[in-house]
Amino acid sequence: MAKKRIVLNFPHSLVDKPITYHLVKDYDLIINILRARVTPREEGLLVLEVTGDKRDLDRGIKFLKDLGIKIESLAQDIKWNEKKCTHCGVCLAICPTEAFIMDRKSRRISFDKERCIVCENCLRACPYKAIEILF
Amino acid sequence: MAKTIKEINEKIRKGKAVVVTAEEIIDLVEKKGVKAVAKEVDVVTTGTFGPMCSSGVYLNLGHAKPKIKLGGGKAYLNDVPVYTGFAAVDVYLGATALPDDDPRNKVYPGEFKYGGGHVIEDLVAGKDVRLKATAYGTDCYPRKEIETLINIKDLNEVVLYNPRNAYQNYNVAVNLSDRVIYTYMGVLQPNLGNANYCSAGQLSPLLNDPYYETIGIGTRIFLGGAIGYVAWSGTQHNPTVKRTKNGVPKAPAGTVAVIGDLKKMSPDWLVGTTFTGYGVTSTVGIGIPIPILNEKILKYTAVKDSQIYAQIVDYSEAYPKGLPGSLGEVNYEQLTSGKIRVKGKEVPAAGLSSYAKAREIAQILKGWIEKGKFLLTEPVEYLPSVDSGQTFKPLKERPVK
Ligand code: SF4
Ligand code: SF4
Repeated sequence: MAKKRIVLNFPHSLVDKPITYHLVKDYDLIINILRARVTPREEGLLVLEVTGDKRDLDRGIKFLKDLGIKIESLAQDIKWNEKKCTHCGVCLAICPTEAFIMDRKSRRISFDKERCIVCENCLRACPYKAIEILF
Repeated sequence: MAKTIKEINEKIRKGKAVVVTAEEIIDLVEKKGVKAVAKEVDVVTTGTFGPMCSSGVYLNLGHAKPKIKLGGGKAYLNDVPVYTGFAAVDVYLGATALPDDDPRNKVYPGEFKYGGGHVIEDLVAGKDVRLKATAYGTDCYPRKEIETLINIKDLNEVVLYNPRNAYQNYNVAVNLSDRVIYTYMGVLQPNLGNANYCSAGQLSPLLNDPYYETIGIGTRIFLGGAIGYVAWSGTQHNPTVKRTKNGVPKAPAGTVAVIGDLKKMSPDWLVGTTFTGYGVTSTVGIGIPIPILNEKILKYTAVKDSQIYAQIVDYSEAYPKGLPGSLGEVNYEQLTSGKIRVKGKEVPAAGLSSYAKAREIAQILKGWIEKGKFLLTEPVEYLPSVDSGQTFKPLKERPVK
């Protein structure tokens, strides 16, 4: 089994296409929608965690690309700058996926990129600019 | 047996003082009991590291040739306006000041990328800062404009003077409304989405000396990484709030005004800080030593998070409108667990004040005292305590005729 977190950017013309349905039905993939945003006349954004057989996963992603959807992998988007971090903990309570954790003993923060769905909540909340978004 | 500060200083000088942090003292007292520990321990060190808006720096810039009188004129450091209502070249830079052209909350929520707190951090870090000023010109100070780079090391005096720091306890901020709000307590998600608190709890200076029996005017402290002093009680000092049986205030209470030489401080402990949608400020590191003069004072320092309570306040309505009342009380053990219950709902909780840094400060101060580099002081005068009757009054508005 393989797992990928991907960001889909798709044009308005594809917004009403049942793409997740196809991923499940035709490629046997397990889909977890982490974040979705569709604005009228603009692009749609969908952040998915996709799990399945490695071959099915690759085929599923190719299917999306062939439809004209731009795909980025998610893991690299949010950067936590440990040097600037004061370990205050503000990001803890604002992150929907518990990507930040505080060690109970040392009371220091660590960041688990894998859990991050790039919702950007922490970007605005961090008072010390210790969190950056990389494009 | 009671000790005096003189006796403790004698031990410090000889490198024999027993110093522990306000966190370490808790276990020690639990294990050995108050009597034994009061004999053994001489000093308990505290620490706090959080955003403190009533902070700032006064600078004497030195006289240019020909001379310029900034008093009554306008002056900026890295585009951030400073207060000039003093003599010719003394200015005061406040932590929350913003450049004139900062869009503030025009595009809501404002980003507030750079302001007074950041200039302070740059100054302390030894970075060059751009001074730009205009004046009206006089016979003795003919010049009307100046623009130059300055550096902290070349200036005459650069003094951190903060009118209100180290709040003894604080509110827990939540948001009952259905939209995100941006406050000085951070970003608060709608419908009790999160709760932010701001205190180092059991490590916090004034929570370890609840009635100000050792901390007073003249107390030597850790300030911004160097030695500083308590100058006065802080603004809004409010000793008469409700307290628990052990004397710990259950709401924001005492505060201190502090002073120290910025040239000796470090950017690790004076950090420019941004609150989206609210503004900028400075995060200040403060540590205060508490001499263990007797068993009573020791007992106070052994206070732990589970015994310190704070009020949960709605920042969408109650706070801005100045309405009294709290949504309930929680203690810092609950808060630091990361989850509290408000109105029956489980709410993730986080601190604005860094416990890890507060702990580091208490450890540094402990090291200074152990090495004989830092002696304790007898307060010149005590801070107003409960018997003073001093309260924190709202502003009474009166019609202007
Ligand atoms: S909010 Fe920023 S400074 Fe505070 S713990 Fe999180 S990353 Fe670190
Ligand atoms: S962007 Fe920040 S708040 Fe959002 S999921 Fe990632 S780490 Fe959590």
